[in-house]
Amino acid sequence: MTQLVNPIPHLDPAPGNPVEPFLRSDRMPHIWCPGCGIGTTVNCFAEALIESKIDLKTLALVSGIGCTGRVAGYVKLDSFHTTHGRAIPFATGLKLANPKLNVVVYSGDGDLSAIGGNHLIHAARRNIDLKVICVNNLIYAMTGGQTAPTTPGHATTSTSPYGTFEPAFNLPHLVEAAGAVYVARWTTFHVRQLARSITEAFNKKGFSFIEVISPCPTLYQRRNKLGDGLDTMKYYKEKSKTKHGAPTSEVGLTLNGEIIVGKFVDRDRPDYGSLLKAQMHESLGDKYVDYDEEQGYACSADGGCEEDSCH
Amino acid sequence: MLANWREFSRSCSSGVFVAKGRVSIVVERCKACGFCVEFCPTKVLALSSAFNSKGYHPPHVVAPEKCSGCDLCGMYCPDFAIYGHRTDEKKAAPLKSEKATSQAKPVQVQPAREAQS
Amino acid sequence: MKADPRGVLTGTHFIDGDHACCEGALAAGARFAAGYPITPSTEVVERFAQRVPTVGGCFIQMEDELAASITLQGGVWGGAKAFTVTSGPGFSLMMEHIGYAAMTETPCVFVDVQRGGPSTGLPTLPAQGDMMQAKWGSHGDYEIIALCPNSPQECFDLTIKAFNFAEEYRVPVMFMMDEVVGHMTEKVVIPPADQIEVVPRNHTHKPVEGFLPYATNGNQVPEMVHAGEGYKFHVTGLTHDERGYPNMTPAVQQKLITRLQNKIRNAVDRITMYEEEATQNADVIVVSYGITSRVAQRAIDMARARGLKVGKLRLITAWPFPDKKIAELAERAKAFVVPELNLGQMSREVERASGGKAKTYLVPHAGGSVHRPEEILNVILEAAR
Repeated sequence: MTQLVNPIPHLDPAPGNPVEPFLRSDRMPHIWCPGCGIGTTVNCFAEALIESKIDLKTLALVSGIGCTGRVAGYVKLDSFHTTHGRAIPFATGLKLANPKLNVVVYSGDGDLSAIGGNHLIHAARRNIDLKVICVNNLIYAMTGGQTAPTTPGHATTSTSPYGTFEPAFNLPHLVEAAGAVYVARWTTFHVRQLARSITEAFNKKGFSFIEVISPCPTLYQRRNKLGDGLDTMKYYKEKSKTKHGAPTSEVGLTLNGEIIVGKFVDRDRPDYGSLLKAQMHESLGDKYVDYDEEQGYACSADGGCEEDSCH
Repeated sequence: MLANWREFSRSCSSGVFVAKGRVSIVVERCKACGFCVEFCPTKVLALSSAFNSKGYHPPHVVAPEKCSGCDLCGMYCPDFAIYGHRTDEKKAAPLKSEKATSQAKPVQVQPAREAQS
Repeated sequence: MKADPRGVLTGTHFIDGDHACCEGALAAGARFAAGYPITPSTEVVERFAQRVPTVGGCFIQMEDELAASITLQGGVWGGAKAFTVTSGPGFSLMMEHIGYAAMTETPCVFVDVQRGGPSTGLPTLPAQGDMMQAKWGSHGDYEIIALCPNSPQECFDLTIKAFNFAEEYRVPVMFMMDEVVGHMTEKVVIPPADQIEVVPRNHTHKPVEGFLPYATNGNQVPEMVHAGEGYKFHVTGLTHDERGYPNMTPAVQQKLITRLQNKIRNAVDRITMYEEEATQNADVIVVSYGITSRVAQRAIDMARARGLKVGKLRLITAWPFPDKKIAELAERAKAFVVPELNLGQMSREVERASGGKAKTYLVPHAGGSVHRPEEILNVILEAAR
């Protein structure tokens, strides 16, 4: 039951929350902690969906395992909560079987860059037309706060109780090197910019990667005595520096240090689908059957296959 | 359009017109993270002393006249528990100085004809 | 429904099992495959990569089997019939996603062209060491269907059956070939498309409003939808309810997991396929599958030439295991002889299902070649004593 508190009752009743149509309201409230930034990123995602005027019917959202992975279960879209690290290959399958889909991968730093690291770099290399939103809370949150490849040096986690000493991934640098055509980083403080970046990614064909630095007050911030979610947001506000086009080699993160945000990479490369078609047309000429032109595979929404034979 | 607006504002005796907004709060979803209170540009909100059923203090509006309906609270809220929206009501703010006027960012630009009604 | 003629290479061919399997997939309507090379299975997807662009579909070679086994499922939810192909080491990597397919009820086919194991083992030589893994390889309780062809012709015919079962029961089907069947070249007759029955995707006719992706209306198999059709449904590997939403309680777990199990077990009679010969008065019944069944046939003939009453049961469906059939035969026969290219896997099932009424004699072989008929004959003779 939602209970609205309307401070000025004599005015018109409030229109709905702009993000509500995109939520599975029957599953609210969600499981994310107080001060966790994942919900904030979902607001920005909803805003981008509105701005880009994407036909929601064509939108499929794929997530992996982890706190951010739960986004798939909370958004009212065709959504797939897959296995740990494998959201990107699942999304690749969706996209290849039905190229008309707009496929978003929404997952966390551990899921995408540790267990999923191999798939991340290959999808970027191939330039599969996917929009990847990587919520980076610098930790494995869902399982209780273990070290992630993105945990900055000297941080304390449950599997590095004496402080991490492994160098951390610089994700924008990694995906740029692998071939991503759009790379941006924001924090959950930069709500308008994040929404805009997601909108830009929707309007771009190819592998787009948007990293969002987000608080994990329960584990990362608490274990490292960095305050709560609000303290972290204030830190993002204070210590972020927008540097569009910054060389990604220079945007690594440190414990409590400066956070370079902005749009780092926005380039054009033919996406996997275009390359596939070009190669097939060149090699096979008339013999190539372009299944995308035909109709992809999706059966009719009104239900049931009317065809005489199965394809 | 901007030129018209400046002419219009100079012609007003009461000063600039700013948009007016309202906030709606879904009390039961709130986890009192404090983002909305902190990042409201005009400091409309504060955490109340009331409790929701989970024991959190949801925000309440302490300065309703300052709300512009920008929905930054809604954008920030990780729990989808609050949102702002613009209403039709306009409010005239006192004109402080020429400099202040030019720095102000009006969110509703009204043609001179309508504003005088 | 009849097969789509665009995918059917009608004619008489002289091809090996791997190639025949690929043709079977195309005839069944498979238009998407995600693979990763591994001997001795690679030819299946090599041929698919060559054929499918002229039929109307897509192949992608992924970066590993972990990816291949989930990419194909993305393809299924995107609307295609899809499969992947592998051997032992890759099969092991795919286990998590076989479980995901079972849990999310994703219809698909996993082809395992078995080779010597464990580990890297014998990449170019046969074994049948993955039979238990096909059923139990992933964690948790789930059911799959496993089919065992024993010739290139069966690699064609049974692949179509595998896809049909997958669609009918919304389950991953394991197609358990072995290196010999995969690499032996024999006559394969591919009939005209209108003589091939395929089961189409069990797509719902229900409207979007109020659609529950995992409601079953009492028949245990939910109707399917695809991404891009407006249903805005959710699929998760977490224990879920009819809405598809995670609902992690013992009650929901009980309901879901038993339905997934019963979905297959209650249909055993329809899924079970075998070849039975002269079991009525047999003292000894030879139970075999895959390439071993062809060697076993020679051993059975040799035993009969010596006057022994030997029956034959060739398993075509290995899973769900034909408990009832074995129990029935155990009433009459004295013993089962189970030759297999492993150190005892399906023989344990035979022993279990026979309920102690007949003795089970294993003819093991660690792999690397097929049995010599004499090895099997010797055990038949011992069993008959």
